[in-house]
Amino acid sequence: MEQMNSQDASVTEPMLKVEGISKRFGGVQALQDVDLQVDTGEHVALVGDNGAGKSTLVKILTGAEHADDGSFWFAGEERHFRSPLEARRHGIETVYQTLALADHLDVVANLFLGRERYLLRLGPFSVLNRAAMKTEARALLERTGVQIPDLGAMIMGMSGGQRQGVAIARAAGWGSKMIVLDEPTAALGVQETAKVEEIIHTLKDQGVTVLMVSHNLRQVFDLVDTIWVLRHGRMVGARKAAEVRPQEIVSMITGADDASGLEFA
Amino acid sequence: MSSSAGRPDGRTGDFGKQPGAAAVGGPWGLVRRRLADVISQVAALGALLVIFVLLSLLSPNFLTYNNLSEVVVEAAVTAIIAIGMTLVIVTAGIDLSVGGIAALAGVLGAMLMVDAHLSWPLATVVGVLIGGAAGLVNGGLVGWVKLAPFIATLGMMGVARGLTFVSTGAVAVYGLPVGFNVLGQGYAGPIPIPAICLIGVIVIFGFIFTRTKLGRYSYAIGSNHEAARLMGIPASRYLVLVYVLQGLLAGFGGMIAASRVSSGQPNFGVGLELDAIAAAVIGGASLFGGQGTVSGAIIGAFLIQFIRNGSVLLNVNIYWQDVIIGLVVWIAVSWDQFRRQRITERAHVT
Ligand SMILES: Nc1ncnc2c1ncn2[C@@H]1O[C@H](COP(=O)(O)OP(=O)(O)OP(=O)(O)O)[C@@H](O)[C@H]1O
Ligand SMILES: [Mg+2]
Repeated sequence: MEQMNSQDASVTEPMLKVEGISKRFGGVQALQDVDLQVDTGEHVALVGDNGAGKSTLVKILTGAEHADDGSFWFAGEERHFRSPLEARRHGIETVYQTLALADHLDVVANLFLGRERYLLRLGPFSVLNRAAMKTEARALLERTGVQIPDLGAMIMGMSGGQRQGVAIARAAGWGSKMIVLDEPTAALGVQETAKVEEIIHTLKDQGVTVLMVSHNLRQVFDLVDTIWVLRHGRMVGARKAAEVRPQEIVSMITGADDASGLEFA
Repeated sequence: MSSSAGRPDGRTGDFGKQPGAAAVGGPWGLVRRRLADVISQVAALGALLVIFVLLSLLSPNFLTYNNLSEVVVEAAVTAIIAIGMTLVIVTAGIDLSVGGIAALAGVLGAMLMVDAHLSWPLATVVGVLIGGAAGLVNGGLVGWVKLAPFIATLGMMGVARGLTFVSTGAVAVYGLPVGFNVLGQGYAGPIPIPAICLIGVIVIFGFIFTRTKLGRYSYAIGSNHEAARLMGIPASRYLVLVYVLQGLLAGFGGMIAASRVSSGQPNFGVGLELDAIAAAVIGGASLFGGQGTVSGAIIGAFLIQFIRNGSVLLNVNIYWQDVIIGLVVWIAVSWDQFRRQRITERAHVT
């Protein structure tokens, strides 16, 4: 396993540094003066109750929404992404909750969607290099540990876990600096969830930085180094997963001192 | 022809080489899925063969060189336009204006030859480009103004047909140069020139569908427009291009048709859009987008032409032709829907 140790973050500069981000939707203060830091190679979870502002923060970082106030630095540069595409170009890959896969295209075509390899460049009539894409796709899936029996099969008809696998492999496959996952297993059963968690684990071994939103505390403790907690749009704190008890995270989420009545899911 | 059946890339899979192949319903699950992919086209091809055999048995005139080359020539214009229609349908669009555009290109091309004394090859090219210009308007309305394709092209259907009548005063344009006849009536050896035009279009568009960026993006846009956008595909621009290509093909079809009858006919192509859409759908194109092949469009176009030709040979009332074609379209669309449900159910089971 590669040692991407988050404990000596002072040595490496943070991959992502967020300062004072605020966002208002009409009468709702979705985010209020939020800070966040993700170190290089670190896996970070963003947790919080429904409506705490997790998705809003993720959308701002990936260019899908714009902050009213505050700023963030990604890979050492201050950024204001105007679109998801721009965020992608700078190395932030997002696995959307909807996955953004084209059902009628096969696995290889989806992995390369928007970034195809060509034999010959002729604008819209550029000739696809299908052999190269297939070879690269196979290597990519192997590297990320995503198991797809038939690379030529259409996405339509695949299980939820396989689809999620393709979407994650696609995000991981582009030498991206950070992968953002919004509730990657929310729609999956137990077995499929285990498979996706395995894939995320593989990313850790490869030193890929990950920021994930999850409601599943068991999963969060299994997968990440640091847990950041949002409550009513404010960042209430961060804890190392190895040094904190789940009950403490639960009370940070709910704001209650006594979390004994809450289940640890 | 049927090698790329049902799937945009036409590749055969390599299941079994990968670990975990047996995990997903075993190899049989994969074989079944593959079969479901090709089966709608196989069914259309089967129907084509059955009709072919039936007509050969029922009518002594069917299996003659004269009749078959007539069928090919008649089918060529529909097939050329059905190929463009399939590309449009793959993007989850529709083009109702192809008949009007073909007529407009035909009469304006004819007028350029007769009134402006343009040489026929040049006038033919201009006719095709007029089709492309009409397609550009369609594409602009769909891709940039964001009108529903149905509405955008319904408008163009009226505009193109209206301009056809305005420019000709509703009378056919006669007196075309003799040389122009070669496009619709000529032969290269035993092969009619329209058939050669069709083969050219098949080769070019077969390549575009399966091997180019445009083809790939068309499937992506039709399959999941939002995903295509998020992945950075400039969907609007590609949609415009797709409608331009369809316009060019409609213009080309219109010029071939004009040459067939040595005149520019303002009434040409009424109902042609229905034949083209029917051909695409019979050949496995899904009106929901993301699905359709060149080979399917060809099978569909010939199936329709066999039905029309057979009705004539067997002295079936001419109006029954459209009834039969309508029934075939219903069957094809129902099958598409049925298959879609099965696949979705299977996805939920696994
Ligand atoms: N586009 C929007 N317009 C108006 N209000 C919004 C919009 N997006 C989010 N909000 C509001 O902002 C607050 C934070 O929403 P957000 O989706 O970020 O929460 P979340 O933490 O992701 O919740 P969940 O766990 O339910 O996904 C909520 O009150 C929500 O209603
Ligand atoms: Mg959310």
